[in-house]
Amino acid sequence: MSQSTTTVAKPPVPRFPTLPVAALGRQLAVPLAAVLVFLALWSWAAASIETSLGRIPGPVGVWRQAGALWADHQVERAKAAAFYDRQAARHAAILAADPAAAVTVAAYTGKPTYIDQIGTSLLTVFAGFLVATLVAVPLGILCGLSPTINAGVNPFVQIFRPVSPLAWLPIVTIVVSALYVSDNPMFEKSFITSAITVALCSLWPALINTSLGVSSIDRDLMNVATVLRLPWWTKLVKVVIPSSLPLIFTGLRLSLGVGWMVLIAAEMLAQNPGLGKFVWDEFQNGSSDSLGRIMVAVFTIGAIGFLLDRVMHAVHKAVDFSRAQ
Amino acid sequence: MSFIEAHGIAKSFAAREGPRHALADVSIAVDQHAFVSIVGAMGSGKSTLLGILAGLVEPDAGRVLVGGEPVRGVRSDAAFVFQNYSLFPWFSALENVRLAVGATSPQLPRAQQTETARRALEQVGLGNAASRRPGQLSGGMRQRVALARALATRPALLFLDEPFGALDALTRETLQQELARLCQSAERPVTTVMITNSVEEAILLSDWIVPIVPGPPATLGEPIPVNLPRPRTVSQIAHDEDASRARAHVLATLTASLRPSSRRRWTAGAQPAVVEG
Repeated sequence: MSQSTTTVAKPPVPRFPTLPVAALGRQLAVPLAAVLVFLALWSWAAASIETSLGRIPGPVGVWRQAGALWADHQVERAKAAAFYDRQAARHAAILAADPAAAVTVAAYTGKPTYIDQIGTSLLTVFAGFLVATLVAVPLGILCGLSPTINAGVNPFVQIFRPVSPLAWLPIVTIVVSALYVSDNPMFEKSFITSAITVALCSLWPALINTSLGVSSIDRDLMNVATVLRLPWWTKLVKVVIPSSLPLIFTGLRLSLGVGWMVLIAAEMLAQNPGLGKFVWDEFQNGSSDSLGRIMVAVFTIGAIGFLLDRVMHAVHKAVDFSRAQ
Repeated sequence: MSFIEAHGIAKSFAAREGPRHALADVSIAVDQHAFVSIVGAMGSGKSTLLGILAGLVEPDAGRVLVGGEPVRGVRSDAAFVFQNYSLFPWFSALENVRLAVGATSPQLPRAQQTETARRALEQVGLGNAASRRPGQLSGGMRQRVALARALATRPALLFLDEPFGALDALTRETLQQELARLCQSAERPVTTVMITNSVEEAILLSDWIVPIVPGPPATLGEPIPVNLPRPRTVSQIAHDEDASRARAHVLATLTASLRPSSRRRWTAGAQPAVVEG
């Protein structure tokens, strides 16, 4: 009797998945190599060009300037802390001697450091962006819902959209000077001027995209709203706005990008103590460090712009329901 | 007396080559609590007619009466099921149904609206999928939610525009039985007008079948009764004599229009179809 032997195949040994070398190469190695090539080219170019302000700084020089700005910031903060400590000690001594004495707390009046200026720029751009959003989104919704209103608003959009912030600034400055008069202003005039200029230039992408989003809602969904006989407020909040949110956020993201670009120019001319003023002051200063510092500012502006865009992108993805489908 | 009556309906659409007369002098009457199917090929003006009956679309001429009153917009006791689900993708299934309940009965407290919505979803077998969004549901489930949304409002009139047209054949059969069961067990008897391009579906579900002959302009054929007892099953009607006769009759009417000699006959004028039953 012959036995039929059945061989049972051994289960495959689990192996670690192989690294996706090609993808990693494309996503990490190539950009890294490109950056290194750029740094090398920059160093070579920097060494070869002589300007009235000295040699153009290479990557090393710029890095050194960045360090210097950070060190300046630390020094200023230390001085401010020391000032407040001394003041507190003085006040304590006065109050210990005479509890009824009047003591006034004075603010430290040092110049704003680089980090302070970054903070001012961010604050200004958000103020301008907020104003732009508050104007553009409701107006965009109205334009999207009513072709009549859209026809009325469209000429202004087409004419004012291409206007540069540098052209708006003189008008805005004069108007703000005339209207914003108070004994104890909450905001500096330069801050208001910069914020309004940012708003004026950056509201157009948000307006156009909101209007487009609202006017291109799926016909079927509007029919459903009609069939359900939804009251107009419910229709607006539960159908129109959720449906157009993706395009609204696209518009807001574009607006923030435009606003950040416009801000630097506006700050330069309005003398708002932010990055724009920093660049302008360094240029006027004309010291041997200036070019390096201006380049630090350039990279800072680019990095912050990129981060702002990433934040908006993340918020956009969070409200994009179509990805779930 | 007929519950839904339409007289002399005409509707044209603007097209590049000139106005397209989708409907011209169409009349139809539907009795109360009857289930009427309008059967025809695609593009024959069925959806337009249904839209006009429901009050969603304004006709160019003619009028629609429901219970003797002229129709002005969508009635509060009417429900509509679209071919393409048309659920709001940013709301859960439960919220979609609750929205409809809330719009019809705004005086109900929110908790009660949600409870009604939940019960409606349970009735269509989606009790445990209530919190899912339409994007996470299959086509058949989405259409169940659409049915639940329509029936949760306890409508007196139900309009269905090719409700199962976008589904695969197996799901379609399941949902046809489902719809038959829901209409039988509805808390409030419903007058239903359904559009379909499947004669089998029409025979399974309806009391009367009205064939629509494509134009332009579209005309309605003679209504064909379906006198089979309920509940009906697919296997039952496959072998039933009455069903076969009705099927043959409908197909003959629909295909007759395709023969060149008969085209002249049908487009000669209005063919009023009065449905009684």
